[in-house]
Amino acid sequence: MLGGGGTLRAFVRALSGRRAAGGGHGEPSCRTHPARALLDRSGKVRLNPSSAATDLNGSMATVRRLLSTSQSSVDPKEMRKFQLLAHRWWDEQGEYSALHSMNDIRVPFIRDTVLNMGSAYQRGSPLSGVKILDVGCGGGLLSEPLGRLGASVTGIDPLEENIRAADQHKSFDPVLAKRIQYKCGSLEEIVEESVETFDVIVASEVVEHVADLEMFIKCCSQVLKPGGSLFITTINKTQLSYILGIVVAEKIAGIVPEGTHEWEKFVPPEELERLLEANSCSVKTVNGMLYNPLTGSWSWIESTSINYALHAVKSGDQAQTSQTEPLSEMESEQCSATAGTSV
Amino acid sequence: MVSSRDFRPRCDARDVTSAAMAAACGRGLLAPLGGRLRACPRASLRSLTSAAPLYDVVVSGGGMVGSAMAAALGHDIHFHDKKIALLEAGPRKEYHLPESYSNRVSSISPGSATLLSSFGAWDHVCNLRCKPFRRMQVWDACSEAIITFEKDDLDDMGYIVENDVVMSAVTKQLDAVADRVEVFYGSRAVGYTWPLPSHSCDTSPWVQVELADGRRLQTKLLIGADGHNSVVRKEAEIQNIEHQYDQSAVVATLHLSEATDNNVAWQRFLPTGPIALLPLSDTASSLVWSTSHEHASELLTMDKESFVDSINSAFWSNVNHSDFIDAAGAMFRSALSLLKPSGTAVRQLPPSVANVDPESRAVFPLGMGHATEYVRHRVALIGDAAHRVHPLAGQGVNLGFGDIACLTHHLSAAAFNGQDLGSLKHLLRFETERQRHNVSLIAAIDLLKRLYSTSLSPLVLLRTWGLQATNALPPVKEQIMAFASK
Repeated sequence: MLGGGGTLRAFVRALSGRRAAGGGHGEPSCRTHPARALLDRSGKVRLNPSSAATDLNGSMATVRRLLSTSQSSVDPKEMRKFQLLAHRWWDEQGEYSALHSMNDIRVPFIRDTVLNMGSAYQRGSPLSGVKILDVGCGGGLLSEPLGRLGASVTGIDPLEENIRAADQHKSFDPVLAKRIQYKCGSLEEIVEESVETFDVIVASEVVEHVADLEMFIKCCSQVLKPGGSLFITTINKTQLSYILGIVVAEKIAGIVPEGTHEWEKFVPPEELERLLEANSCSVKTVNGMLYNPLTGSWSWIESTSINYALHAVKSGDQAQTSQTEPLSEMESEQCSATAGTSV
Repeated sequence: MVSSRDFRPRCDARDVTSAAMAAACGRGLLAPLGGRLRACPRASLRSLTSAAPLYDVVVSGGGMVGSAMAAALGHDIHFHDKKIALLEAGPRKEYHLPESYSNRVSSISPGSATLLSSFGAWDHVCNLRCKPFRRMQVWDACSEAIITFEKDDLDDMGYIVENDVVMSAVTKQLDAVADRVEVFYGSRAVGYTWPLPSHSCDTSPWVQVELADGRRLQTKLLIGADGHNSVVRKEAEIQNIEHQYDQSAVVATLHLSEATDNNVAWQRFLPTGPIALLPLSDTASSLVWSTSHEHASELLTMDKESFVDSINSAFWSNVNHSDFIDAAGAMFRSALSLLKPSGTAVRQLPPSVANVDPESRAVFPLGMGHATEYVRHRVALIGDAAHRVHPLAGQGVNLGFGDIACLTHHLSAAAFNGQDLGSLKHLLRFETERQRHNVSLIAAIDLLKRLYSTSLSPLVLLRTWGLQATNALPPVKEQIMAFASK
């Protein structure tokens, strides 16, 4: 890595550390990323024979166990990288600081959209009575605020360390411990038992790591109640997102651990919209998001060239939808849970 | 051991390199060592903490500011399902409005009145007893310089309210939300255990509070409203810049010689300190006389007639005038009247005092203080715990109410966003906003106190001309009034 890049990264981190609370850690890259393999935050990885297999031993046993549970798409190298960071979820100045500060815009977005859909508002508990599925919940960064607002949240993540970190963090707050349930597994695994059980599905910073996006969307649509909402935040596939999202964010400024993202897997909103329409979900809102590394905060912008958030509603005859949707024939396709994924 | 004083949950780096270096050393290494361990070691803390009840917010200190904080949160819509606790060392007092006035009164600014009415307490205050005033006259004992403040529309500039009345009104509103706010009377907190900022092990992330009777509480956010000798501030090892003034304040309830339209607050700067007469009713006023310790004890012990005479002569006598200053002042005033014909004011005399309420004379020491930080991880300071000022500007409790308004606003927004209430992110926003407002005001009050504590000619001249000039500039006066009435 260029020495200049390292200095700039230290500069940005130090600036970020000054404006918020300290107690933070120093350079994470050197300690926790000995090799530059592709990190998959949700654990939904694709088989990538091209990435060099690094010789980190110790977790091979865990990895073999994971492979044998017939999860649809697991890359052992990715899982291992993620395991190394599993204890860093709740350090607000650590590797996940950008995700922590993203709560400042994504939680109000979800909350206000759900409130506007007309559910009865209980004072002090805006999301009371709403069942939410947080796909790729990681350490529970988004599940906890939603739980505090009154929702019943189910968080799923394929990596057991993440679920353990999430469980441990919520255990100290009895209210949250009751409202949030974490499960280790992939979306495909829970589809059969949870058809049409959730009012809201949140897939934040997940779809850019998913192997088979089409199947992912299909499963989301299946577990969502008719008239339910789907919230997705992800990164667009543009030149600008390559420059800012990969080059600057990972290599230069160290906002995101290196190797986290792969530009090939970024999803343009048009493609997401196409897939959603194909699964009887209509897109209601698409908003661009921008991260300011100096202040460490996110803001809404017009352009969706880099990050964006999307809200879609599954068609159905529920009274929750503000527009009258035509009754659609419910597609009764079986979601094949076998690993029929391709790179 | 690695000094726990070095471990501060907040990054203080004014210079980037030291922050980078500290970060590089890995504060994470210091963290397990630097945490403040109280009675029990961490291992057994787990079993104890699972028994201690968990509150969302604990307010330590049940004075005017602490109780108002708890009431404001309790009435906030986004705190509807939250648990709040208020710790007060004294017993619960049932208040019945007495005939005579209490000698401890406060000047409540319009901004504070707005805060009190936001949770329904201002109506109770008005129903009990309060006196609005419309004008304020401040003048010098060493010269003819005078400044008057009044609102253009002759609206109320502020209200003189007895502290007991405010307490009673706030307590009534606390009772109204008793399902959300639990008040612990007779409970003094003796120990606090602070959590590590980012816990990744199995220690409790909450603040542990230990009461004198052995009970324990846990809380996500501790608000210290326990006065200028704040225990919360000391335990959190937040540095406090403080200074004891060589003055004490004498308070008393006075009866005027004749009934008058008593809606003016009077304050005269004597060389020994300012003397203020605050209206309570058409026939009664409250005295706040800041003076040297010796003079204060003299005033306390002298007989009624001498006391009343001292007050009247303090307001009326011109013994401190010098010809030189008078001439200089007159010259400046005529120069001003050329530039601004309406800019000079005629000095009015305050009403004369005839009598003082028996048993109403009291003395308390004065000082100034300011905490360098108002917040830490899961801790916030408000009121006198954060800042203490000289009463010459009548701002003390208003600064506290301003803290409450700001902190409630930020906590409410955080609750509506589902955020962790003790998170430094919004606590820092509160601190920045309040320090920006408070520091300049506190510095100005301290400067005024020092400037007016002397009878040296140059300084008297400076302040005479300064006061006359300010009096001639309505925009400046409006700014001052607006700032002070927030």
